[in-house]
Amino acid sequence: MKGAHVPYFLGLLVALVGFWLGMSGHYTPLLLSLGAVSVAVCLILAYRLDIIDREGSPYVRIVGFALYFPWLMKEIAKANWTVVKACLKAEMDIAPALVKVKTACESDLAKVTFANSITLTPGTVTVEIEGDKMLVHALYEQEAQPEAFAEMDRRSRRAADGKGGPA
Amino acid sequence: MADFLATLATGWEVIRFPLGAALCLAGALLCVIGTVGMLRFPDFYTRLHAASITDTSGATLLLLGMAMMAPDWMVVSKLGAIFIFIYLTSPASSHAAANAAHTAGLQPLIGPVDTHDKEGQDS
Repeated sequence: MKGAHVPYFLGLLVALVGFWLGMSGHYTPLLLSLGAVSVAVCLILAYRLDIIDREGSPYVRIVGFALYFPWLMKEIAKANWTVVKACLKAEMDIAPALVKVKTACESDLAKVTFANSITLTPGTVTVEIEGDKMLVHALYEQEAQPEAFAEMDRRSRRAADGKGGPA
Repeated sequence: MADFLATLATGWEVIRFPLGAALCLAGALLCVIGTVGMLRFPDFYTRLHAASITDTSGATLLLLGMAMMAPDWMVVSKLGAIFIFIYLTSPASSHAAANAAHTAGLQPLIGPVDTHDKEGQDS
């Protein structure tokens, strides 16, 4: 294993151990050793699959994502309200549109974060990604101008890539 | 100070069940609203938007309510894991469905949708 992979490896280790401890609830020696074995098997399989890298173990960026998530929740709550109103209005006033959104995200992780954020926000779904352009289907044409996604783009880029672009 | 904390803990024990139940009820209501939207919206892509209410706010409120009523921290950690996995997988599945429809050539309705139901006939 190359030295550069050690943080990702440790991140995955901590995440798997934490997940196992959180799921099990039985802390007897037998079950703990079984847990250790399953964590070891997972790590070996991940290493064999060659996925212990920036994407397979994004825990080094956990602070960035933790800062991004509350803002995303706020956006989701706001968008939810819009779509709930659209669902319940007697006179339906939706105006669906397909919009092309250009993203400044460079790494795949940042693009996935941005695309998933768009899809998670009710009223907008990422239909297709090609290079740095995303095809977004939106429930309201007027709310899906490319500028509306600029802040989400900027924030998800910072969450996944840090301030200075790809790490 | 200790007294105050004890009062706070007792108060929390009293209100957490009504509060959790109310949150669960609100989440269930949002799921119903998502379903209503799913039935009312005109085409595949717009229906996907209605389904995402159920995925996000509905699921969040339900899990939050359940976490408040949880008997111990073990349950809370499991609900937290469910929350994380829902938020990681639901956009992926929505995107997969939308992308498959787009690739297959399904054209979305564009522009203002007029859905005045004619008398005795679905739009």
